[in-house]
Amino acid sequence: MAEHIVRSFDNELEVLGRSIAEMGGLAEKMLSDAMEALSRLDTDLAQHVVATDPRLDALQRTIEEQAILTIARRQPMAVDLREIVAAIRVSGDLERVGDLAKNIAKRAMKIAGEVRMPRALVGLRHMSDMAALQLKDVLDAYAQRDEARARAVWLRDGDLDALDDSVFRDLLTFMMEDPRNISFCTHLLFCSKNIERVGDHATNIAETVVYLVSGNTLPTDRPKGRGGLRGEIG
Amino acid sequence: MTAEPALVQKVTIRDLKFFYGDTQALKAISLPLYEHKVTAFIGPSGCGKSTLLRVLNRMYDLYPRQRAEGEVLLDGDDILAPTTDINLLRSRIGMVFQKPTPFPMSIYDNIAFGIKLYERLTKSELDQRVEGALRSAALWDEVKDKLKSSGLSLSGGQQQRLCIARTVAIQPEVILLDEPASALDPISTAKIEELIDELSAHYTIAVVTHNMQQAARVSDYTAFMYLGSLVEFGETPKIFTAPQQKQTQDYITGRFG
Repeated sequence: MAEHIVRSFDNELEVLGRSIAEMGGLAEKMLSDAMEALSRLDTDLAQHVVATDPRLDALQRTIEEQAILTIARRQPMAVDLREIVAAIRVSGDLERVGDLAKNIAKRAMKIAGEVRMPRALVGLRHMSDMAALQLKDVLDAYAQRDEARARAVWLRDGDLDALDDSVFRDLLTFMMEDPRNISFCTHLLFCSKNIERVGDHATNIAETVVYLVSGNTLPTDRPKGRGGLRGEIG
Repeated sequence: MTAEPALVQKVTIRDLKFFYGDTQALKAISLPLYEHKVTAFIGPSGCGKSTLLRVLNRMYDLYPRQRAEGEVLLDGDDILAPTTDINLLRSRIGMVFQKPTPFPMSIYDNIAFGIKLYERLTKSELDQRVEGALRSAALWDEVKDKLKSSGLSLSGGQQQRLCIARTVAIQPEVILLDEPASALDPISTAKIEELIDELSAHYTIAVVTHNMQQAARVSDYTAFMYLGSLVEFGETPKIFTAPQQKQTQDYITGRFG
């Protein structure tokens, strides 16, 4: 992309881009730490995730303020306008990813003393690997303005939904086997929902990247998993 | 849901070329002006947008070495044809310029002058027409008590609205505006933009502007011109959020071409 005649405009957009990259890195780290804390039932690490969240929130606020200032100052058009709208949207999604990671960390602290069935965590681990990959891919797509890669992320979200369904079934089975499993399995159920939501945010970001690069919007009906239990129960 | 009425091409420009002597200023331009829509022409200085506007009411006829080729159809009739009645044409296609150009006469006569060229009206009919024109230019309330004062006594913004009233008074079908607000302060500019919005219900409007935000605000369609060629023509929201051509994008985002 050619440079603006007004160079300070380029600087402003660069700063926005860098802040988004920083948020992306932070959100990815929070998610992987939260999952690590959950797997190992490591309350210190979980605590660390919770403590990191305000940084992510502050970054988002800064991005929003910068974006609003740039709109007021430059009245951006075309790709510049899309760039700024994208920054606002992506930072919102990343902030939510941070919240979801924080929630997983808090649940890890809660169930640290009572987990009885490590195998219940296997499916979750698998889900979070997939969500982390989606997040990483979509952030790369954003950084490289790669529409094809963003579309690929968007299409893959159905897999995560399907996996969420199967984790749901497993946890339900554990709970039926032994009522003493109910408490921690419920927490894990929420964790799986959180991870599934991370995938949704990755999908949102993918939509934003497509809009940013091409100016087109993706269809409103997202790719869905095969449905099943979760779909029926709600 | 009500369907949008079908678009009617009030003016159809086809393969229009224009020459200042040996210099070609327009290179085979083709585009429509849709009825009761506002079309904005944007592009760097010298791109041909003002030239295009001048062709639309054959202003160039005043200069011997200037000529146009191609077709400009107004309701299907070619206005470039030698048989076109220029006076009639200019009553159908009115023009407002960058700098306000009131005649050195009273506010009332500024409006009445043009009407009298084309029509014979009684005094009360003329009064009505003058008032109507001033009202549609949103100027009536400001000047109704001083219609005998000189048009030159008005502020720049008022003068420009007087010129628009003068154009509207003749009841044209198409109004051409060449940088109508570039010499005005933001409040007067806003009034002109509001006016363009209102006038578009009854007239087909073409506006040349250097102010991109203004083009985005007032127009339904936008044409981007560069070096005498039409680079892109399309619906304004599309042009300003996701233009198809790189040149358009570079221009409206203020990048090096």
